[in-house]
Amino acid sequence: MDLILKNKISKTREKFKNTIENILLKNKKKEELIEEIEESLILADVGWNSTQKIINSIREKIRVQFSPEEVKRIIENEIVSILTKSPINLNFGKSKTVIMLVGVNGSGKTTCTAKLANYLKKRKMKVIMVAADTFRPAAIEQLLVWGEKIGVPVFKNYTAKDPASVVFDALKIKDVDVFLIDTGGRLHTKINLMQEVEKIARICARQVKGAPHDVLLVLDAGIGQNAIQQAREFLKFTGLTGIFVSKLDGTAKGGCVIGISDELGLPVKFIGVGEGEDDIMEFSPEEYARALLR
Amino acid sequence: MLEQLSTRFKKIVKFIRGEGKITEENISDALRQIKIALLEADVNYKIVKDFIEKIKQKALDQKVIESITPGQQVIKIVKDELTELLGSKSHSLNFSNQRPSIYLLVGLQGSGKTTTCGKLAKWFSKRNKKPLLTSLDLKRPAAQEQLKKIANLIGINFYPVDRNKNLKTVIENLINHAKSNYFDSIIIDTAGRLHVDEELMEELFLIKELLKPVETIYVGDALTGQDAVRSAQLFDKKVGIDSIILTKLDGDARGGAALSIVSVTGKPIKFIGVGEKFDELEVFHPERLASRILGFGDVVTLVEKAMEKIETEKAEELAKKIKKQEFTLEDFRRQLAQLRKLGSLSSLIKFFPSIGPFKSLEKINIDDKKIIHYEAIINSMTLKERENPKIINGRRRLRIAKGSGRSVQEVNQLLKQYFQMKKMLNRKDFKKILNSISKM
Repeated sequence: MDLILKNKISKTREKFKNTIENILLKNKKKEELIEEIEESLILADVGWNSTQKIINSIREKIRVQFSPEEVKRIIENEIVSILTKSPINLNFGKSKTVIMLVGVNGSGKTTCTAKLANYLKKRKMKVIMVAADTFRPAAIEQLLVWGEKIGVPVFKNYTAKDPASVVFDALKIKDVDVFLIDTGGRLHTKINLMQEVEKIARICARQVKGAPHDVLLVLDAGIGQNAIQQAREFLKFTGLTGIFVSKLDGTAKGGCVIGISDELGLPVKFIGVGEGEDDIMEFSPEEYARALLR
Repeated sequence: MLEQLSTRFKKIVKFIRGEGKITEENISDALRQIKIALLEADVNYKIVKDFIEKIKQKALDQKVIESITPGQQVIKIVKDELTELLGSKSHSLNFSNQRPSIYLLVGLQGSGKTTTCGKLAKWFSKRNKKPLLTSLDLKRPAAQEQLKKIANLIGINFYPVDRNKNLKTVIENLINHAKSNYFDSIIIDTAGRLHVDEELMEELFLIKELLKPVETIYVGDALTGQDAVRSAQLFDKKVGIDSIILTKLDGDARGGAALSIVSVTGKPIKFIGVGEKFDELEVFHPERLASRILGFGDVVTLVEKAMEKIETEKAEELAKKIKKQEFTLEDFRRQLAQLRKLGSLSSLIKFFPSIGPFKSLEKINIDDKKIIHYEAIINSMTLKERENPKIINGRRRLRIAKGSGRSVQEVNQLLKQYFQMKKMLNRKDFKKILNSISKM
């Protein structure tokens, strides 16, 4: 009797031990898997907080026996759900539409302005680009070269010092569907420059009803965690409506847009994928999520 | 606001004093915090991982555990390691034996090459050198014009490139021109390119071969995220770089990209760009950037500075007055003057760590001029008005505004803030804090 019991117990013990080991092993595997996910998200510039948030929301959904493909799909779905919080199409006014492009120095505003102009022109709209960067040497010339290349007129004033006055004059032009305003690069920490861009937005609102219909923050795909602070500040001063991610043709993924979309509800509307005027794409959250984890 | 600050300050003091011993268990939490700080500063994930491992080994060293202030010790280790990684000392530019010394600036689009070319030229000319600026960027629309305009603006010679000639002839002509006109250096701008663009990277390599620059300088953007590693590495591999200039450090990015770039290339950072003006180029100091990346401000220096500059007697007098509800505009003025002695407010903010309890400080916009304006306004008041601000009516406001050169609105604003402050100072909970501070 004793022997049988002992046997039974030892068997149970054995079984129990196995299960524990199994659980531990599985847990270890799961933690390894999660660490891998963490690594790939952080390497894509998703940032610590957003990465943890994504991981926490998928932790329960993941089983160890899942294939890497299945795990990927779960994360992709999570990312897509964050990125589709707000609509990603442009807002158009009843008669005139005003779109402003803002951002820090070197993010690619002028190139993005030209690409967007070309995109709208192809959709049979009458577009004009407004050179509202009165600070950077040769900024006007750069836009003029683009204008010639894509056949879109450029409104400029070589002598103006105040970009808002250029915009004021530009918006008087009749028979235009869309005004694209290329603003000068500014770091969001410079209060005077932020007030300047705020003034441009104010002038737009005063001159055209409902303007600016869109204010797009141009973000370099290579940017790090400072992007969210930039978005916060530009939102405060200009009422951003969306993001234009530039330079996505390199190896950088621009993962910061996930945090921006999550925290500030700002959608990505366009992406830039090259140096040509046609290298512009409407943003697709599904494709983006897929590319992010590749 | 004040309440939050005082409790938070205590927390950080406690942390720095290092109450509690460090053991293997509780160090992992500290290391986790450091890991997050580094990742939030955009240091590359893999570099962070190695770094944390290294710190762990060092921190678990007996001496640290037995030291009286282990917390402080660990911070010191982290900061020292970071500084060492960043290059531990400042470097100056190299010059070639033969004139002209050629500097080739390379990097991604939008990193700030053209502006940096102008800044470098200005830096040279300030040191009585004769630099020549030229741009081999034939790609970006108006890139030539931009550098030419910059050259005119800062009074530097610009050499225009003939687009119709081949690269070899262009470069030969350029060097001959520099030699025969006694330029001692040539600063060359190139087109921004993505590191994955094989064709353009080969072109850059060819340019470098033809020029034989004394330094090929990689211009890196301080705002860059995790990808900084890959781009810097490929530029170094495909073209070969000698040094680094980090741009856009005048924003509030923590600049962890610098650590990534230096780690993968092993090349020194020589300068940092800190503004849009052409003299805003500074020699790089590793220990300052180390603090910035970590988000640990130099609180110790700040406290020392405050002790030095703020006269304790006056501070005590003020505390007494506040207790007796006699806080006048004159006191307000003195307080502003004390603040100003410490330096500009925005520079003071830099002393505070940007993580943990002081995180919210980063978001405060501080206008240093406002303090000067406020002082001017109070200086335009009579003593009677300062002691009893209630008598300041419309006509007096107008007079004060005229006297100080500010607007009536600003006078109103100041008075409003003063009354608000006075009201706040009289609140019970504030008095409690005041008592606790004086006990500290």
